[in-house]
Amino acid sequence: MLEIKNIHVYYGAIHAIKGITITVNDGELVSLVGANGAGKTTILHTISGLLRATSGEILLDGKNLQNVPANTIINMGLAHVPEGRHIFSRMTVEENLRMGAYIISDVKRISDSMERVYHHFPRLKERARQLGGTLSGGEQQMLATGRALMTDPKILLMDEPSMGLSPILVNEIFTIIEQLHNSGITILLVEQNAKKALAVADRAYVLETGKISMQGSAKELAEDDRVRKAYLGA
Amino acid sequence: MSTFLQTLFVGLRLGSIYALVALGYTMVYGIIRLINFAHGDFIMVGGYTMIFTIPVMISLGLPGWVSVLLAILVCALVGMSTELIAYRPVRKKGTSMTALITAIAVSLLLENLAQAIPQIGPNPKVASKIFAAGGVRIADVTLDWTTMLTIFISIVVMVVLYQFTQKTKIGRAMRCVSEDKSASILMGINVNRTIVTTFAIGSGLAAIAALMYIAQYPKVYTTMGSMLGLKAFVAAVLGGIGIIPGAMLGGFVIGLVESFTTSYVSSSMADAFVFLILIIVLIIKPAGILGKNMGEKV
Repeated sequence: MLEIKNIHVYYGAIHAIKGITITVNDGELVSLVGANGAGKTTILHTISGLLRATSGEILLDGKNLQNVPANTIINMGLAHVPEGRHIFSRMTVEENLRMGAYIISDVKRISDSMERVYHHFPRLKERARQLGGTLSGGEQQMLATGRALMTDPKILLMDEPSMGLSPILVNEIFTIIEQLHNSGITILLVEQNAKKALAVADRAYVLETGKISMQGSAKELAEDDRVRKAYLGA
Repeated sequence: MSTFLQTLFVGLRLGSIYALVALGYTMVYGIIRLINFAHGDFIMVGGYTMIFTIPVMISLGLPGWVSVLLAILVCALVGMSTELIAYRPVRKKGTSMTALITAIAVSLLLENLAQAIPQIGPNPKVASKIFAAGGVRIADVTLDWTTMLTIFISIVVMVVLYQFTQKTKIGRAMRCVSEDKSASILMGINVNRTIVTTFAIGSGLAAIAALMYIAQYPKVYTTMGSMLGLKAFVAAVLGGIGIIPGAMLGGFVIGLVESFTTSYVSSSMADAFVFLILIIVLIIKPAGILGKNMGEKV
C-alpha cells in the first residue's frame, strides 16, 4: 500500500533522513522505533507532505505523493495523527471531529463517521460539547485519533500516541491501536515505547540517526539482543 | 441625563466603527500573526471608492450608500493583492520582523500612491450626505439616523461574521488555520486560500467602517486611516488580539472611553485616555480582556 523508496530529507542544512526504504502492506501494522531525534517524525511528515524529500519516491497505492499538494493527500485515503496530538483546543470535541471530515461534503456520511468514532471512543461522546483544550492528555489523544478516522482512511500514520500518558492510558491507547488494526486499517506507527510498539506490530523498522539499522518481523526484533539492549531496557 | 445619553450613543457609534476596523486587524493577526499596518489605509481606499462612486449611484437613481458594495469589492481586492504580492512572498523567506516592516511599507505606499493620483491629490474631499438627516427624539435626546444606522449595521455585521466563523465550512477552516497550520493541512484545508479569504473579509469590513465614518465625518483624505486604524488596533489588542468577540468588545470600550472623556473631561484628553486604558489593561491582563493562554496538555 505504502512504499517509501530511498528518500533523503534535509532540515535546512541538516541531513535528517539518509536514504530510507520502508514498505507497509495492505492491512499491516508496521512500527518504526528508535531514539529521540532518529528521524521518525520527519519520515511521517515527509509522507504527509508537510516536508519534502530531496530525492527518492513515496508511493501510495502506486501513486507518487511527491508532487501532490500536502492538503490533498488526505483525499487519497491517508490520515495522520500528529505527534503532540495537535487538536484544535479552542474548538469543541464535536467541531474537531467535524474538521477531520473537512474534505467530505455528504452530511449523512459525516454523521455516520461521527457515530463510528463515538462508538470507538465513548468518552468523546460524553465530552462532545467541551473545548478540546480542556480534555486530559489521554482524551486529546483519543480525539486526535478519532479525528483522523473521520474520513475512513485506508492508512493511518500515528506519531507517538503514548507520549506523556500515564501507564494505564498507554495500555488503553495500545488496545485501541490493536482494535483499529483488527478492523482492517493499515497503520504505520511511530513510537519511543519500543516494547509496546513491537508487541502490537506485524513488522518493524529500527531507525538510527536517519538510517534503518534493523528490520524484520516485530516478534524477531523483540527477541533480538541488540534491540533488547538498546530499546527494551533488558 | 441628556448629556449622558448623548455621550453614550456617540460612544456606541464610534465604538461600532472601531469594532469593525478592529475585526480586520484581529482576523489577519489571528491567521498569520501579523499586525497588518496597511489595514487602516484600506479604510481610505474604501472612502475614495465611495467618493468617486456615490455621484454615479445617485445619477443612476440609486441611494448613495449602495456604493459601499463597490467599496467592499475594491477593499477586498486590495487586501487580497496585498497578501499575494507583499505578505506571502515575505512570509516564505523572512522573519516576522520583515513581515511587519513590509506591512508598514504597504501602508506608506498606499497613502503616497493615493496622493500621487491626480484625481485624489493632497487636499481632502468632502462626501455628500449618505444617510437621511433628522432622527428620533427619545426623552430630551435627539438620536439621528446616522448614529442609529451605524450601531445597527455594525451589530448585524458582527453577528453575521461571528455566525460565519462558527457555522460555515470556510469560517471553521479560518479558525483552524489560525490555531494550527500544520494540523489544518492534515485535515485537507488549503491554508493559502484560507488566508486570502481572511484578507478579503477583513478588508471588506474596513469598507463598511469607511461608510460609517464618512457618514458622520464627511471628509476623505489620504491619511484618514492612520489614527482611526491605530485606535482600532488598540481596540483589538485591548479585547485580546486574534479573538473575534474581543475585537468587538475592545472597539466599544475604546469608543465609549473616547466619547465620555470628550464630554466629561476634555476633548483634547480623549486620545490620551484611550492609550492610558490600553496601558492599564495590558499591565493587568497582558493577553487582553478576553485573551487567555491555553497551553498544550500532556
